[in-house]
Amino acid sequence: MSSVLFDTPGPRAKVWNIVYTVVFLALLVLGGWWAIAKLQDKGQFEAVMWKPFTTSEAWTTYLLPGLANTLKAAALSMVIALPLGAVFGIARLSDHRWVRSVAGTIVEFFRAIPVLLLMLFASQFYVKYTDISSEQRPLYAVVTGLVLYNASVLAEIVRAGILSLPRGQTEAAKAIGLRKGQMMTIVLLPQAVTAMLPAIVSQLVVIVKDTALGGVMLGFTELLNSRQTLSANYANVIPSFLVVAAIFVILNFLLTTIASWIEGRVRRGKRTTGAVVGVDEVEDLATGRAI
Amino acid sequence: MFDFLEGYDLIGAFWVTVQLTLFSALFSLVWGTILAGMRVSPVPLMRGFGTVYVNIVRNTPLTVIIVFCALGLADVYGVTFGAGTDDVKSQYFRLAVFGLSAYTAAFVCEALRSGINTVPKGQAEAARAIGLSFTQVLTLIVLPQAFRSVVGPLANVLIALTKNTTVAATIGVAEAAYLMKGMIENEAALVAIGAVFAFGFIVLTMPLGLFLGWLSNRVAVKR
Repeated sequence: MSSVLFDTPGPRAKVWNIVYTVVFLALLVLGGWWAIAKLQDKGQFEAVMWKPFTTSEAWTTYLLPGLANTLKAAALSMVIALPLGAVFGIARLSDHRWVRSVAGTIVEFFRAIPVLLLMLFASQFYVKYTDISSEQRPLYAVVTGLVLYNASVLAEIVRAGILSLPRGQTEAAKAIGLRKGQMMTIVLLPQAVTAMLPAIVSQLVVIVKDTALGGVMLGFTELLNSRQTLSANYANVIPSFLVVAAIFVILNFLLTTIASWIEGRVRRGKRTTGAVVGVDEVEDLATGRAI
Repeated sequence: MFDFLEGYDLIGAFWVTVQLTLFSALFSLVWGTILAGMRVSPVPLMRGFGTVYVNIVRNTPLTVIIVFCALGLADVYGVTFGAGTDDVKSQYFRLAVFGLSAYTAAFVCEALRSGINTVPKGQAEAARAIGLSFTQVLTLIVLPQAFRSVVGPLANVLIALTKNTTVAATIGVAEAAYLMKGMIENEAALVAIGAVFAFGFIVLTMPLGLFLGWLSNRVAVKR
């Protein structure tokens, strides 16, 4: 095995690699041993702590409803944020300066603010000015916060998607006499949707992760919140954390994998221009950096 | 006009936010660089560890990590990072810094790794040709150039980190979001309070973005 950074190891390098491996392995084992020994000390490693996860009760009463709420909030946020983001993304590309600057200001504003602040504000706003029931309020607040933030990120994704298309598409559309609206709806948007699909899917990961905030701060009964009720019942703090974290990791890993797979397909696709807003670019679009 | 601010330590809360950001930025930069080194190292076990760490941490909600720091690390494992057991305030502050650093390091590592990929092959090949070892190639030749090309992405990570410090509110660290939650529940001026805190974060992130954007253009390796 060799890479740009190192040669294929010779006899001496091989010995050193083995030494490094052994030392690193020892460190890992030591860390793992400490973690498990401490758990055993506190009685968190015993079978009775893990037993609940093999029964259907823990899943049907706590984890699955929690996961369902997580997915519900994430899906609702994405569905509402997408059209909003599309409107603002297109508005930022408008020919009229005032449309551009108004849309730009709104997008930059919501990208610069932590999503937790938006959730807290929305929650209190609903308390004061609406009569949404207190059971429904956490969901509304979480979705509102996520929509405001993610619509502005999606606006940037849409803009990047349209800008990623080859110039020839716009030029050809103009040459055959399409109006601006036609050019956008018939030529640019359909291609941009394909180009930004991977970015949209990987933004879903961010949304899923952020729902957990509502669970702790607003009492929204999503997965992390359900963990609390579960561990209050079974007194299994660490096992419940590991199981919940594993569910999040698997879910998000799936989404990331799908996003990369779509990206690969779009990039190699013969029927598209190959323009794509990649998974890696999303992180840069997601922060409020004024460029 | 701003009489609703009376009796609240707004500056103090934002100072905690700034401190959380600075400490976490420092630790995550160090740990992220080590992780990036592991991910490109000749030792398969280290590469594997780096990959697994990044993939797990990036896909876990920060909230889960921070809450685990309080309920798991502190309560079960008794980790306090040198803070006295009776000094709950600095104990939770340090736990939040630990959680934020562990989380952000994964993003720093990925940014650096993509930076390493932008360094032309010839640089590393020439370094190997004059007989430098892997550590030398990495620390003397590749990383210095990689760092210069990732100032932009790292700036984004730093801004995201600034916003992420609000998650520390979940374990009761008295930073900006925690103060805001208390204020909007007790005061009538909801919109004004929201505007003040939004403004605070814009003041923190905007100049940072502009400065680092300028810096990234300035130090970028022109090829």
